[in-house]
Amino acid sequence: MTANAEIAVEAGAGIAPVSRNARPLRLITCGSVDDGKSTLIGRLLWDTKAVKEDQADALERDNRNNQNELGLPDFALLLDGLQAEREQGITIDVAYRYFSTDRRSFIVADTPGHEQYTRNMATGASTADLAVLLVDARAGILEQTRRHATIATLMGIRQFVLAVNKIDLIDYDEATFDHITAEFRQFALSLGVTDVTAIPMSALLGENVVHPETSSMPWYSGPALIEVLELATQRTAQTVGFRFPVQRVSRPNESFRGYQGTVAGGSVKPGDSVVILPAGTVANVKQIVTFDLVRNAAVAGDAITLVLDRHVDVARGDMIASIDAAPAVGRAFEAKLVALSAEGITAGKRYWLKSSSRRQRVRVQPKTKLDLTTGQWEGSENLPLNAIGTVHLDFDEAAMFDPYETNRNTGAFILIDPDTNNTVAGGMTVARTTSIDGIDGGAERNHVLLSLPEDLADRLMASEAYASLRDHIEIRRTSGAQAAAILHELEGD
Amino acid sequence: MSETKPPLDPNLKALESEAIHIFREVAAEFERPVMLYSVGKDSSVLLHLARKAFYPGKIPFPLVHVDTGWKFAEMIAFRDRMVAEFDLDLIAHTNPRGKLENVSPFSHGSSVYTNIMKTEALRQALDAGQYDAAFGGARRDEEASRAKERIYSFRTPDHRWDPRNQRPELWSVYNGMIRKGESVRAFPLSNWTEVDIWRYIQAENIPIVPLYLAAERPVVERDGMLILAEDKRLELLPGEVKRDETIRFRTLGCFPLTGAIRSNATTLDDIINELETATVSERQGRAIDRDEAGSMEKKKREGYF
Repeated sequence: MTANAEIAVEAGAGIAPVSRNARPLRLITCGSVDDGKSTLIGRLLWDTKAVKEDQADALERDNRNNQNELGLPDFALLLDGLQAEREQGITIDVAYRYFSTDRRSFIVADTPGHEQYTRNMATGASTADLAVLLVDARAGILEQTRRHATIATLMGIRQFVLAVNKIDLIDYDEATFDHITAEFRQFALSLGVTDVTAIPMSALLGENVVHPETSSMPWYSGPALIEVLELATQRTAQTVGFRFPVQRVSRPNESFRGYQGTVAGGSVKPGDSVVILPAGTVANVKQIVTFDLVRNAAVAGDAITLVLDRHVDVARGDMIASIDAAPAVGRAFEAKLVALSAEGITAGKRYWLKSSSRRQRVRVQPKTKLDLTTGQWEGSENLPLNAIGTVHLDFDEAAMFDPYETNRNTGAFILIDPDTNNTVAGGMTVARTTSIDGIDGGAERNHVLLSLPEDLADRLMASEAYASLRDHIEIRRTSGAQAAAILHELEGD
Repeated sequence: MSETKPPLDPNLKALESEAIHIFREVAAEFERPVMLYSVGKDSSVLLHLARKAFYPGKIPFPLVHVDTGWKFAEMIAFRDRMVAEFDLDLIAHTNPRGKLENVSPFSHGSSVYTNIMKTEALRQALDAGQYDAAFGGARRDEEASRAKERIYSFRTPDHRWDPRNQRPELWSVYNGMIRKGESVRAFPLSNWTEVDIWRYIQAENIPIVPLYLAAERPVVERDGMLILAEDKRLELLPGEVKRDETIRFRTLGCFPLTGAIRSNATTLDDIINELETATVSERQGRAIDRDEAGSMEKKKREGYF
């Protein structure tokens, strides 16, 4: 194989290479059932040449009657990959699509418009930087548009494109477009969203999607959708405090002990003072190790191995954080939830909560439920499927969170039903609170001290099982002689 | 690793970090992970990422290669070279029933053959190792049903995938809780596209099977596909002529079912240029995808990767 340096030079001199100099922009498209969402995504893929001839041929083989009036394939069929979806003509699940331009690559979460699939929308929105909200120019802003904007905002999206679709069907009427836009901007403001770009478009005709259209809409001088996507900003967790959830303890030999994980916030460099949570132990960063080289810094998003300057107790599920800007540690938190399963969220039930690499038991007490038509939070004891609500979380042992607003990585969690192992809710932490009386009333805690040879201790501490029993088992590394001494001491207790 | 290697562009770096995160998470959450290694370009990237994820340690799980017996000879040679070079723990498995019954793509047709030699063989290999998590190199951009696949894709004890009943997957918080006998397939390359794979292979200098690069090779044309005519077991049908053509492969599977493309792309740069102007998808050369609409979904439901 040719040396990398040479290849880089050749690429620069050859046919204009695609230079995608940023990480992919993640977006979600939402709209009501007939707003033309699948047509829009199909159009994006088609006009950026992400759809290939054989895929279009396969569509024609599937259904010859499903070409649109332009002789192009039915874009919706292109997207609805599952048999049941093709049969019912609807999208039932989140699908991910990939396309790119010369300036950027994109990942689209294509989510269903049907109300009963709100949970899929929340899933798609959880990772998105931007939301494209589709409205039918003939129908204007619908209840479903408001619901989707609300859910997207709750999931942390702050950039919106309002795609006023089927503009050709209202004869490119500027006044209607202005009216819809003004109505939406006002609603967005009530959600705290100011970054809204409204675009008149026809996804079917390809107007203002990838190619700007001026002749039919001389009154519109704004960007086509693709330009907005190319220039959109991405959420970054690089400006907040350093966060490093520990995934694994790496101990390949006697002389190396490293903690493996992905930086979930801020940055780190050798010499930085850090705190290991929830224990509160303090250490300094000695080295940042990667396969390629020992690095002098790492930032949010980097998967690294961290070496500390002293021998401290660090296990999977712990978080290494900056000493002067640590996340909240406590047994009780306030959070927002999206209920994802048919059983809903039951008051007082104990679930598994997983956040970053940490999994622990939690009792969930719903407090309010959001009425998506009025935008009001109303008192509620339970959260049925697709409901959004606020809850009180009570943990058996210490938990660490940042507010979701501050850090999406360390503020997000999922709830797992211990009876079914299903993911039943997505959650976003709001703040630490005081504990509800009686649930965590300082009950006497069972505590076991294990003194084990060093190798065994390390293996056990790296395990998931230990991470969830952290408050009950304390592990000490010992030699045989030390173990005997500790045993003696314990017997003396 | 060379110290002068230029840094990855942010797009590839983000994809790399995500994949490493998934590798580490699965290795920590599951008791018996395994990596499916198919010797192709995606597997080469997957293997490279696994080495990176666990460095300075070794890859903490074995690799399984489902060998149908009908792979390209160059693939097997390459696989054995990788095992030696990187000191891998590789288990090669061939379905003993298929071997006994002489199941071949010629005698049984591609559908029955794939079911026995790939899907059934994979289930056997996974059962034999009692693996509770299996890494695969599938990408969501490959095929319509894969676009709906989760990164942790839940499988029943008989390895079935139920696309209508998948666990929601939010943020990068993965649910690894399963009962005994159940398993997950984990896909670290979910968000990679074909071009990303090639750009990463180039940037990281990852070894690949030479069949991906164009060269003059003997082929016959059959059912609209260019079949490599090197293996003695390939019998020419009446009217078929073996001739030398400059070809390469976009994907590698079993040689009788994988079509070559006419191409002059002899370097990675050429391949990337070719892809960026390509008008057909990479699975176009795969006979097994073409059996019927939704055939990949059907195979996946039955336990195919």
